[in-house]
Amino acid sequence: MDVGELSLEALKTGDRAEFARMVDAYSNQVYRVALKILGDEQDAEDVLQDTFLKALQSLSAFEGRSSISTWLYRIAVNEALMLLRRQKPEIQVVPDEQADEDDFTLVQFVDWCCLPESELLSTEAQVYLEQAVRDLPEKLRLVFILRDMEGLSIHETSEALGLSETAVKTRLLRARLKLREQLSTYYGERLGKEKV
Amino acid sequence: MKHTHNHQGNCRDLLGQLSDYVDGVLQDELCMELERHISECKNCQIVVDTMKKTIYLYHSTSSNGEIPAGVRSRLFSSLNLEEFLKPE
Repeated sequence: MDVGELSLEALKTGDRAEFARMVDAYSNQVYRVALKILGDEQDAEDVLQDTFLKALQSLSAFEGRSSISTWLYRIAVNEALMLLRRQKPEIQVVPDEQADEDDFTLVQFVDWCCLPESELLSTEAQVYLEQAVRDLPEKLRLVFILRDMEGLSIHETSEALGLSETAVKTRLLRARLKLREQLSTYYGERLGKEKV
Repeated sequence: MKHTHNHQGNCRDLLGQLSDYVDGVLQDELCMELERHISECKNCQIVVDTMKKTIYLYHSTSSNGEIPAGVRSRLFSSLNLEEFLKPE
């Protein structure tokens, strides 16, 4: 669907058909990002519904300064985070406060790029990839999911998360470096086995 | 950022530019400087290559699939939009 055809004016005046077209156009991306953040299909469905309900309530205040897509990403991320807080209230935002500043040490210098695609993308490897993202500090995880998995630009990611572009870049680099380390450990072991 | 491998050059400073480099948005001058460095620094070359591969793997395994039909149907119901639900 060409989402550029959506009329913000019609949406703001409560045109239900236009709202349905918006839901049709963006429900995949909202569900996908919720699933990546939460890792649970039922939770992702809850966030999907809450996101569009919230969008419906907030449309009159939406000024169109960002795209509808980015606006919905922002609502979806907030809804997902609120759900996480409700489920695990003991988890504070504080633990990864240092995500931007902490020292980072590179320790893996194994070149595993030569592994065959079948090994890099085996079922087991894909489970590992998913878990590695889940293990990232939340601040890094959100940036990585939006930028590198969903393919948003740095600017769109900054708008969706309400961060400066500098903060997005810093967190993205941290996330990429951490994941590279994790994957190097995993694939390095496979490389060792292959050579035996 | 510490860099633990044994190298006398400016690995640590250049690592800060890695994201811009792999995204292809690093300024020309810095890009040349970084490429000059990694051509002489095996570990940095590995870091660059494996970071590119890491991003590629996540991008290629990131699902672009559609939401399950049941989820979509329940979404439209929750929004009272059943009349607009198109068949899959």
